Parts: sequence; C-alpha cells; structure tokens
Amino acid sequence: MAIMTYREALNLALREEMRRDPRVFVMGEEVGLYDGAYKVTQGLLKEFGESRIIDTPICESGFTGVGVGAAMLGLRPVIEMMTFNFSLLAIDQIVNSAAKMLYMSGGQYPIPLVVRGPGGPAAQLAAQHSQSMETYFYHVPGLKVVRPSTPADAKGLLKSAIRDDNPVIFIEAETLYAIKGEVPEDPEFLIPLGQAIVRREGTDVTVIAYMGMMYRALEVAEELAKDNISVEIVDPRTLRPMDTETILTSVRKTHRAVVLEAGAGFAGMGSEIAAEIQEAAFDDLDAPVERVTGENAPMPYARNLELLKTPSKVKIAAAIRKVCAA
Amino acid sequence: MPRAKQPTPTPPDEAALDADLAKHLLTQMALIRRFEEKAAEMYAAGKIGGFLHLYIGQEAVAVGAMSTLRPDDYAVSSYREHGHCLAKGSDPRRAMAELFGRADGLCKGKGGSMHLFDKSVNFLGGHGIVGSHLPLATGAGFAIKYQGGDQVVLCFFGDGAVPEGEFHESLNLAALWKLPVIFVCENNRYAMGTAIHRALAQTDIWKFAANYNMPGEVVDGMDVLAMRQTMLRAVARARAEKAPCLIEVQTYRFRGHSMRDPAGAVYRTREEVEKEKQRDPIVTFAEHCLTSGLLGDADVKLIEKQVSDLVDESVAFAEASPEPPAEWLFTDVYKD
Repeated sequence: MAIMTYREALNLALREEMRRDPRVFVMGEEVGLYDGAYKVTQGLLKEFGESRIIDTPICESGFTGVGVGAAMLGLRPVIEMMTFNFSLLAIDQIVNSAAKMLYMSGGQYPIPLVVRGPGGPAAQLAAQHSQSMETYFYHVPGLKVVRPSTPADAKGLLKSAIRDDNPVIFIEAETLYAIKGEVPEDPEFLIPLGQAIVRREGTDVTVIAYMGMMYRALEVAEELAKDNISVEIVDPRTLRPMDTETILTSVRKTHRAVVLEAGAGFAGMGSEIAAEIQEAAFDDLDAPVERVTGENAPMPYARNLELLKTPSKVKIAAAIRKVCAA
Repeated sequence: MPRAKQPTPTPPDEAALDADLAKHLLTQMALIRRFEEKAAEMYAAGKIGGFLHLYIGQEAVAVGAMSTLRPDDYAVSSYREHGHCLAKGSDPRRAMAELFGRADGLCKGKGGSMHLFDKSVNFLGGHGIVGSHLPLATGAGFAIKYQGGDQVVLCFFGDGAVPEGEFHESLNLAALWKLPVIFVCENNRYAMGTAIHRALAQTDIWKFAANYNMPGEVVDGMDVLAMRQTMLRAVARARAEKAPCLIEVQTYRFRGHSMRDPAGAVYRTREEVEKEKQRDPIVTFAEHCLTSGLLGDADVKLIEKQVSDLVDESVAFAEASPEPPAEWLFTDVYKD
C-alpha cells in the first residue's frame, strides 16, 4: 500500500497497463507535451514516447473514431476527453460505432476501448463544463460505464477497463483528483467492473451514492449517527453493468433506501436504481425509495445558485430522516 | 469553373489488361449487378426488410478499386456497401443470407443490408451514419502505422459525406499523421435527393485534398480500367509513402437512393437518368473486351450465366438458412 492522490493512482494504472501491453496507447488533447490538462498523463510522454502518447488536435469525433478504428485492428486505445463535456462531440462514435460494432458485426469486431476523463459538477465552471455526463452513456447496451470514487478504485477499475474487451466509459472527477488514499502497488491489483462496494456499514437505511455525493453521504451519516440513525452506504462504482445484488442485499437488511444523484433527476440514475429496488425488493421496503437529485436546471455560474443546484447535506439528511420516520 | 489543376487520369494501360483480368473485372461487376437486381426482387417479395440501398451503376468503382488491393489490405464503406463487400471477396451466399436476416449471414443476421462486416476478408463494415466511418478508416490507418505494417485502407463514401465535419477531421488527421488511407469519394451527384450543388460550396470534391496537403485526383467511375489505373497509382503511393490521398470518382446510381425511392426521379430528370445509363460500366467494358478481342461472345455469356447461377444459389442458401435463434438477441452485446 502507498498513499497517493486519485490523479497519481490513475497515472500509475496507465503506466502499468502500458508497460504490460504494447497494444495500449493514450490519445487525446494535451495528453503528451502539455502533460495532460489535469496532469493525469504527466510523464507518460517521457516514458513511452510519441508513438504511444499521442497529442491530437481538437476534434473529439475524429480522434474517438480513430480509437474505434484502431480497436477494430486489435489495438487497445485509451482516449482521453479533456473533460467529458466534450464527449458529446464524439457521442455518435461512442454510441453508434463503439457500442454497436460487436453486435452489428455478429461478434466479429470487439472494441476494446476506454474513453476516460473528468466529469460531474465542478467549481463554478457553469453550464457547459459542470454536469453529470454518465447519463448520456449508461442507457446504451454495449457500453460499460464506470465512476470511481476513491484513489484505489481509480487504479483498480481503470486497469480492469483497459483489459476489458468492450468499450468502457470511465468518468473521473476533477473535484477528486487531489484526494489521497491508500492504493495497492501490486501491478496485478484489479477491481472487477460491475462490482459495488459497501463504503459504510449501517442498519437503518441504505444510501446509494457515488463520487462527490458518496463523500457528502459519509459526512451526513456521521452527523446522523449522533441521533442513532445508522446509515449504510453503497457505492455502485460501475453504473453499467450495475451490481444490483449488493444494493438489494443492503436494502433487504435495512428495509429503507435513499438514492443520491448529482445530476438532474429526471430520468436519471436515481430513477433507475429506485425502480430496480422496487421491482426486486418491494416487499422488503418499510418506506418508499427516496431520491435526492440535482435540480432540473442547467448548472448556474453564481456560487449561491450553484450551491442550490446539487443536493446539499441538509437535503440528504432530510430525506434519510424521512424514510427512517416512515 | 477552371479545371486547369485537375490531374488528368493516366490512360488505361492496355498492355496490363489480359483475358484473365478482363474476366475477373467483368465477372465481379456482373456479380454485383445481378446480386443487386436480385436483392431488389427479394425486397419487393418481402424477403428483405428495412432500408436497401442499391449499388447499381457504380459497380466499376468498387471492382476497379478492390482489384488493386492485397488480401491483407482493408476496406470500409457506408450503408451502400454490398458492392464493396462482394468486391473485397465476401461470399455472396452469406451476404444474401445477411440481407434475409438469417443465421448464416455474414453478421448472423444482426447487421442487415447496411451493416455487412467480414473480418475474413478485412472488410471493416458498412456504416449507417453518413461520415461516421471516415474516422474509423483513419483509425485503421493509425493501427497499421502503429503495428509497423504496410497495408493500406480504402475508405468509400458518397458525396453526401463531404459536408460532414468528420470528412474534415479525418482527412486532417490522416494527413497530419501520415496514414495510409485512400479516401474514395463516390460522387454520384446526389446525397439522397440533394444535388451536389445544393450541398457543397466547392463541387470539385478532389480539390479539397489541397487543403490537407494530400494528392487529389478525379477519375471516371463508369470506366473500370480508368478506375483501376488511378487506384493502382494511389495504392502504390499510399503503401510506399505511408500517406493518404483523396480520389473523387465521378459515378452515377441508376436506381433511387433506396428501395423507398424506387424511381429516384423527383430530384433528377428521367432524361438525365436515361442518358447516364448509356454509360453503363458493365456494358461499356464488355463491349471493350469484345471489340479488342480479349473476350469472345461465349466468354461474356458464360460470365453472365455463372454470376446468375451464383446469385440464384445465394438466394437458395439464404432461404435455407434458419432464422437466428432467440437467444442471439443477447449474444455479442458484450465480449466476455
């Protein structure tokens, strides 16, 4: 174990996988000479050279499609989105090319591709640079979607994503790049895709949350513990495929569930998880599943409005108290 | 419009055309023509569903181009790709079974007319979103360079893809990174129903090449020998110089955009269509072979019979192939 930042954990994962497999390369805007817009690829150009760390011009659809085409010939591209907001320019390549190639070709062309970069709410970056982008991808059969909340997960899940034979959407968070945590140094340390984790054990209510919302839930759980409310927190880690078993096992124990989501709530991940719980564990529930989601508005710039946009600790605590009182 | 800078196609190298090559080119073009005619028939009979975009009239493009490739070279196309798939070497029986949506189709019946893929002949597929496969071709070129190979990629697309952003992104990247991709624009003058002058500010498509510092050429796509000659040069150059080029092929589709536009006559005149049919690439080439003495009447008749039999056999093969089993709905969604 070593203590390292989330950013360093990602960097280590990339280095280890590139050392392990010469078919792996990194491509994107400013990944090489600039050392990465968020420094995730720092030092990679020096270690691996220009043939494997490829700076691109600004053309997300073009270079994402290049990744898909290269994957058809057996390479294992890691495409960096400088921020995931820009992935909408590449969404046709991700959805119509990458996700469907294996199926359309009757199994002839797997696409072992990772598209990674930061997403989610960020500090005062306003409407176009601060949003939950996973929504656009987890709906799509053929894609896997990962949201790693901790440095260890960032490393273990990115390594699994690179070794996976399917297109994986791997959305980090710029607000988490500097957090520190224990990370296994074993180059064979992998966290399987599709495996949720119980972040905090509790007995009264299950809170399902990932990324920034997961940390907010942890703080709320400590506060509520003072009032003898015991909160269990489940982090899905992979949104597709979703480990519903771990979520359901927890809900069957606590009989109550609150789903947190940073993004706008309409037709969001919270809706999906709430539906899954009610379909599979309705009889185990002592209260309706609560959702606490981002407001249904674009992200405003003004700090006071921005604070109103994403779920606050007050709102999260109120929802937990509500289901526990039922 | 001044065309002074337009490269003149090298005259067909008659010496290089022997009877074997003539038979090959004529057989391939006739096969595609017969396959497409039969597909139209089967569509009308309800055996083929969805969209069906026929290649009739453009056969010389795929056949002339593919005749210059090595088997390990790659090709990729749009949704009007039956001809490219067959010319790359796919089994017409399995292609027809795919159109029928049957288990023995090239893609197990999951792709259909617009999505023929055949890894066994390095055919990287038919792609249904206009412009979307140009980056894929560029990626294939990238992979060739990355792996240190000397193959080339032929990327076929219509004039309708030229206004797309991906045309610009792909040609720029391929030129910037020196990738062995030959962009073959089949200019049949209509993007669905939109005539080229209603879509492009610059209708001499080959001229776009200059913006990317790559060679650009224009060739008569109704002349299989001119097509072959141009592509021989382009393929040799791409292979040797590891660099892309843009070939504008002037061609014409005799049928509508798809079977839902059977007449194809709302946006173009019947006179125009009839006039273009006088340039039928198969008729023209067969006449050339006969008058030059390369082939005799019996040779041409035999070719016609052979392709007709093969297409009939393809239909029989497709008819006999079972529907894909229900559990295949969920296979190939993810690779284990």
